[in-house]
Amino acid sequence: MSEAVQNGGTSNGAHSSGEIKPRKKSKLGKALSSKTFWRGVIALVGFVVFWELCSRTYGWTGIQIPWIGKVPPPTEVIYAWSYVIWLPGYWESWYLSSARVFAGFIVAMVLGIPFGLCLAVNKYFYDIFFPPFEVLRPIPPLAWVPASIVFWPTTEMSITFVTFLGAFYTIVINVLGGARSIDIRYLRAAQSMGATQWDLFSKIILPGTLPSIFTGAAVGMGITWEVVLAGEMISGGGQQGGGGLGFFIWSSYMGGTVAQVIVGMISIGIAGYLSSSLIRYIGSISMPWRRLF
Amino acid sequence: MADNNNTKATKGAISIRNVTKIYDPEGVNVMAVDDCSLEIGAGEVCMIVGPSGCGKTTLLNAIAGFHSITKGEIYLDGEMLCGPSKPLADQGADRIVVFQHGALFPWMTLIDNVAYGPKVQETMTKAEALDKAGHMLAEAGLGDVAGKYPGEVSSGMARRAEIVRALINDPKVLLLDEPYRAMDALTKSIMHESLLEVYDRTKVTIFFITHDLEEAIFLGDRVVVMTTRPAKTKTILDVNIERPRDYHVLSSNQFRVLVEDAKDAVHEEAVKAFEAGERELA
Amino acid sequence: MTLYRFKKALSTPTPYLMFFGIALWLGCYYLFVEGWQLPRFNKLPGPVEVITEWLNPNPDWGMSLFTPIYYEHTLVSCRRILIAFAIATGVGVPLGLFMGWSKTFRDYSFPILETLRPIPILAWVPLAILMFSGLETPVIYLATLASLFVTTLNTLLGVDSIDEEYFRAARCLGAKPHHVFMHVVIPGALPFIFTGLQISIGVAWFSLVAAEMVSGEFGLGYLIVDAYMNVTYVIMVIGMLTLGFVGWFSAALVRIAGNRMMEWRVRALALEGR
Repeated sequence: MSEAVQNGGTSNGAHSSGEIKPRKKSKLGKALSSKTFWRGVIALVGFVVFWELCSRTYGWTGIQIPWIGKVPPPTEVIYAWSYVIWLPGYWESWYLSSARVFAGFIVAMVLGIPFGLCLAVNKYFYDIFFPPFEVLRPIPPLAWVPASIVFWPTTEMSITFVTFLGAFYTIVINVLGGARSIDIRYLRAAQSMGATQWDLFSKIILPGTLPSIFTGAAVGMGITWEVVLAGEMISGGGQQGGGGLGFFIWSSYMGGTVAQVIVGMISIGIAGYLSSSLIRYIGSISMPWRRLF
Repeated sequence: MADNNNTKATKGAISIRNVTKIYDPEGVNVMAVDDCSLEIGAGEVCMIVGPSGCGKTTLLNAIAGFHSITKGEIYLDGEMLCGPSKPLADQGADRIVVFQHGALFPWMTLIDNVAYGPKVQETMTKAEALDKAGHMLAEAGLGDVAGKYPGEVSSGMARRAEIVRALINDPKVLLLDEPYRAMDALTKSIMHESLLEVYDRTKVTIFFITHDLEEAIFLGDRVVVMTTRPAKTKTILDVNIERPRDYHVLSSNQFRVLVEDAKDAVHEEAVKAFEAGERELA
Repeated sequence: MTLYRFKKALSTPTPYLMFFGIALWLGCYYLFVEGWQLPRFNKLPGPVEVITEWLNPNPDWGMSLFTPIYYEHTLVSCRRILIAFAIATGVGVPLGLFMGWSKTFRDYSFPILETLRPIPILAWVPLAILMFSGLETPVIYLATLASLFVTTLNTLLGVDSIDEEYFRAARCLGAKPHHVFMHVVIPGALPFIFTGLQISIGVAWFSLVAAEMVSGEFGLGYLIVDAYMNVTYVIMVIGMLTLGFVGWFSAALVRIAGNRMMEWRVRALALEGR
């Protein structure tokens, strides 16, 4: 976006006859003056107020609004939050969940990217290994949880395994699709300039696949959070007390403090959002040519 | 259009008076068209040439009602389309655009595409519209593929069908935005002949944007050369070649002289535009 | 045509390698678990054990293709998916279309959607149990919510992807706003809608299994957890494989429906050799 402004600026400079007067606005200034931004603010504020009113009507009038009426109001949630942030256990949950997410995620990247690239470049490899992959793929990762608990010696390892599985499929499929969609002309151009096999791979296929890798990683990250949460709720919540935000939610629910459940939900939302932003950020610095658009 | 045969054109005169258009992308003002005036007679084929991104399409968008204008007025047959009181023209079936990349709806068969205009305007019943569309497609040599989807026919056929889709509405003006840009020379020449044939039959006013000077001179009554951005009319060349024309015109001396003149006029602007490194405006 | 293709395919190494790939995988599975009984692997049920049990009219663990209880669990899950998917599609597609259609509506609704979306579906479980009474509704709610986000966003993306020129062409030809909506917005967004629906049904299964595992007393997710608790690991694997099959089958149904509704696209792609 800033690039477009710059470009407009320079072309205007070179072309003084038709220029009127460039007005530049900062990003923040533009956001504050845009209708879309303020409508978004109104919508969110309206949403919170609506929620507050719906939850409060029971206390005021004795009439319970279906569904939302049973949820604690936002003010109560904020109050619960202000209490919870002083507890070390809350931050430990953050740490534990994030550690699990990143462990599973990194394993999935490390195995998934080479696997996907091999599938894309070698036809025999594809023919042999893609069918079993496709057969296993429709089984939802969570269905693996019990089997994984049986197989792996520790709960931690089984959660990591299921997490890995969740992200693995998405990353492989994206890498495969990305590598296959590379324009054949790039490969031919490089070959005609005398590129070796390794050059083709490292200079064309890998950078050409990067955008898909990052798309896959962003989606995979979302699934990873989902799976970690489920793993924590199913296994950690059960007997061993593995901790983490999923366990935080589950134990708050068991303890009957619903406001804390919502605190946990929002915390996970924030954590998921932060981690996918992180991936987008890494993506944008490792692919400078994509920032032009 | 059987009912239009042998008639002298009486409709479709466009008058562009002192039109200025300033875009404001990202808070930076860009002047696309500067005080441009142009009179196009009823039934004229007016070709607009000029360097890339000079604002030709802006002018077309203003006539079609896709974009507003900043200053000036545009009239169609004496009626104001847009002006100071109403910067954005209404979009209507009296001015139909044929787009650069083709805009036949890919989800409708050719015959449904052609029948679409009369159907939504409710000028005909569905059956009448389909019937007429079938006839017109057959007339354009597309009878065999009428039931196919645009994705299944060649780009040349699709473009011809798109022109048929415009003509079925009996428009006053046909606005063409580099419709043959991506075609090879052979297909292009076939497209030219079929367009000329359609024009000789209907005498519809044509506002045609192109980069290709030979195309402009082969098809047009007048060739308007635009300056680089902001666009103004630089020169207007009259093309006094007899109609009906066919490809023999291309080798005549008169044609070559005209092309030479046009090249001289355009080249200077093209160099300017190139040096300014203009990016094409949307 | 199909026969010709089939014959042609047999002359290439692809089907043989495919067969080899699956055989290799099954072989490893068999050898690790049942053949060599490697440590840890020996805790899992092997392929032979699973298949014999699955096809056994008198199952040792009480469940196979010949017992009604197997179908009961499967049908309960399928029914839930059907309801959730129908609601999500019925709400999500129109919602997405309107968001793409009206800038104002989008400005107001998109931020709320984007705020709720990062919250994983599983995090909703306690709240869903609290908000909806009974066991059935929360499970369906969770599956619906998951696929609603996907469907809505993909539909919105689909409307965004429509080339501006189609709108212009339609208006040029005299189409009124409702015509544009019916003839340009809906068909133009269809390819993305169906991509979205295929993802959405996968997500619905994902969430359904999770929800069934945490709460519920029927369905395949419950079956898997229950088998785990009762240490009947064979049934657990049968449940997983069944889930894989119904999941794949439902996605295939969505794909077929999409191809039927978008013949124009199928034909154009076929010409490009895809």
